[in-house]
Amino acid sequence: MPLGHAAGNHPVIAATMTANRNVIARTVIAGTALLLSLAAQAASTIRISYLEETLPPSTALANIEPRPADLGRAGAELAIADNNTTGRFVQQHFELNRIQLPQGASGADMLARLARAGSSLVVLNVSAAAIDRLLQQAAANRYLFFNAGAPDDRLRQRQCRPNLLHPLPGRAMQADALAQYLATRRWNKWFLVTGPKPEDRLYAAAIRRAAKRFGGRIVLEKTWNYGPDARRTAQAEVPVFTQGGDYDVLIVADEAGDFGDYLSYRSWLPRPVAGTQGLTAEGWHPAAEQWGAVQLQNRFRAQSKRPMQAVDYAAWAAVRSVGEAATRTGSGDASKLAAYIRGPEFQLAGFKGRTLSYRPWNGELRQPMLVAQPRSLVSLSPQDGFLHPRTDLDTLGFDAPEVSCKGA
Amino acid sequence: MTTRLLRPLALSALLAASQLGLAANVYVSNEKDNTLSVIDSNTLQVVKTIAVGKRPRGITLSKDGKSLYICASDDNTVQVLDLASGKITHNLPSGEDPEQFALTPDGKTLYIANENNNVVTMIDLASRRVAGQVDVGVEPEGMAVSPDGRWAVNTSETTNMAHWIDTRSRQLVDSTLVDQRPRYARFSADGKQLWVSSEVGGTVSVIDVASRKRIHTIRFAITGIPKDRIQPVGIRLTRDGRYAFVPLGPANHVAVIDAKTFQPLKYLLVGRRVWHAEFSADEKQLWVTNGISNDVSLIDVSEQKVIKSIPVGRYPWGVVVSGS
Repeated sequence: MPLGHAAGNHPVIAATMTANRNVIARTVIAGTALLLSLAAQAASTIRISYLEETLPPSTALANIEPRPADLGRAGAELAIADNNTTGRFVQQHFELNRIQLPQGASGADMLARLARAGSSLVVLNVSAAAIDRLLQQAAANRYLFFNAGAPDDRLRQRQCRPNLLHPLPGRAMQADALAQYLATRRWNKWFLVTGPKPEDRLYAAAIRRAAKRFGGRIVLEKTWNYGPDARRTAQAEVPVFTQGGDYDVLIVADEAGDFGDYLSYRSWLPRPVAGTQGLTAEGWHPAAEQWGAVQLQNRFRAQSKRPMQAVDYAAWAAVRSVGEAATRTGSGDASKLAAYIRGPEFQLAGFKGRTLSYRPWNGELRQPMLVAQPRSLVSLSPQDGFLHPRTDLDTLGFDAPEVSCKGA
Repeated sequence: MTTRLLRPLALSALLAASQLGLAANVYVSNEKDNTLSVIDSNTLQVVKTIAVGKRPRGITLSKDGKSLYICASDDNTVQVLDLASGKITHNLPSGEDPEQFALTPDGKTLYIANENNNVVTMIDLASRRVAGQVDVGVEPEGMAVSPDGRWAVNTSETTNMAHWIDTRSRQLVDSTLVDQRPRYARFSADGKQLWVSSEVGGTVSVIDVASRKRIHTIRFAITGIPKDRIQPVGIRLTRDGRYAFVPLGPANHVAVIDAKTFQPLKYLLVGRRVWHAEFSADEKQLWVTNGISNDVSLIDVSEQKVIKSIPVGRYPWGVVVSGS
């Protein structure tokens, strides 16, 4: 293995050994009626912290679907319930410590709150900048973090960390999944429209990388600078803006959703729109129903009264990873769980028809990606025919030779 | 090739039928069509299509062989079909979203897995009432009752366990951890083993019934098919304890396993997304449902060969053979 980190010798394992004794409370439930062959060990409570930032209210286009206040957290809560249903049979109990901090909180503040909550297993739904601030703290290496909110590729490529896993697919995985689908349609000439925000440029960079990998050609490229609210002017502006040559598909990079939805049906040429709007590629979609997904969607809807989104799914996968490790190891010991999750035996069933696991070289969760339009699934990537010596799931995102974790 | 093989087979089937004095019917539930297809096992033709409730999945025969129980999942009921008249005679209360079920050997109680609300429901067939419910793991799916009627076993797809329900006390008394997404459970004819397929784990666990511990894990490998496309679902074990047949889902093959050594012997190519299987009464034929290619494949058990595919409705799911 050229880079990366073999499970077993990274700091989190050793560090949590000592931390764990204090943080994992053990209780023995006496007099249980069930004779459980699995649960010879004493009952244990496994605590998981969930750290999120308070974000300013979103001003998404047309205000049709404001960002849910419990985005991400609802997925973690559902997974706690799933874990507890299983835990009843093996005398394990799961609890979520919810921690909310203002946007821009210091790394020291975040770490202090995590220390007080007392669990070394942490789901993060914060920005990449906040992850940087947190992981710069020396004591952060005692924790295992699951990134459910930041799609930034640098955390998965140049600045990955041994104790940072990514159940949320990064922008590279999103772009690769989309590019594979476009390749199967032979829509190889792309018009890339990038929004003004830094994250739009990061998404556009992932699209450029995917174009190189899967035979796309960016034949036109423009930056959208018309300001955030074009709903009254789009009909006049978009046809003019999208002139300049022929292409197969317009790819838009607008992560905040400020203008991307105005491009469909208004482009100068009648062409499909893909990227952050139109045809998207994400880790989860409300229209997923195959492979038992309908059960997960129903449970989520019953709990949260809204459809499950990709960030909810990532947080669900994070907490379910801990639950799965606890069931398989029969342990509530956070250091054992962390080692198992990163180890070769780990498998998570995630309602996408394939077994999910974490890539040892950068901690990103291997998973099929749902290629979808707003109300229905179009396809599932990886597409047939994109091969990889290990598993075709590794044709999406960064492969081991591309990863250099020097920022750790 | 099909016709060449078929003729002697049809002939021998006719012969067998004349000896028995009756032809067997093969019933296939079509999940997306809300119908059952009825195949004549002599002519190998669909002879009838019967409209049933919404999203029919698990089906099983009554003990007297006169009725068919049908999980109409989206109608939240189990329907009872009178085979002689081809009519639904009544519905049974089933709990929410029934998918699979198993009948006790005395024919009196149905154990039903309710996928949406993490319980197993017991139905007393004489009174047509719910006799009880037992809490199990997340997404209950597979159901099996041991040949002696002692155990009802449920598999839960997200909890990844086989849950043991004592049929006398109707309490859950033990759980055995298996691999990811257990879909189906089947007892061996002697009742000593429980076989559980794990769809996402790609394995079949063989569990010793006395200790309720896993004694072997069967793994599969088919040249040219990625490992994670091999997703075992249904299981059938021959009465003589020699062979097991396991449909492997999107691998589009049925595994033939030596049931004594647990080694896969060969893989039979069938239709797309093969899920469930049933023997004929004499165990000479095995029928399997191919969900995506909308057909069933017929396997000659002693030859271990696929001899015919027969188109049925959309998304064929379950299959039973009368007299089996």
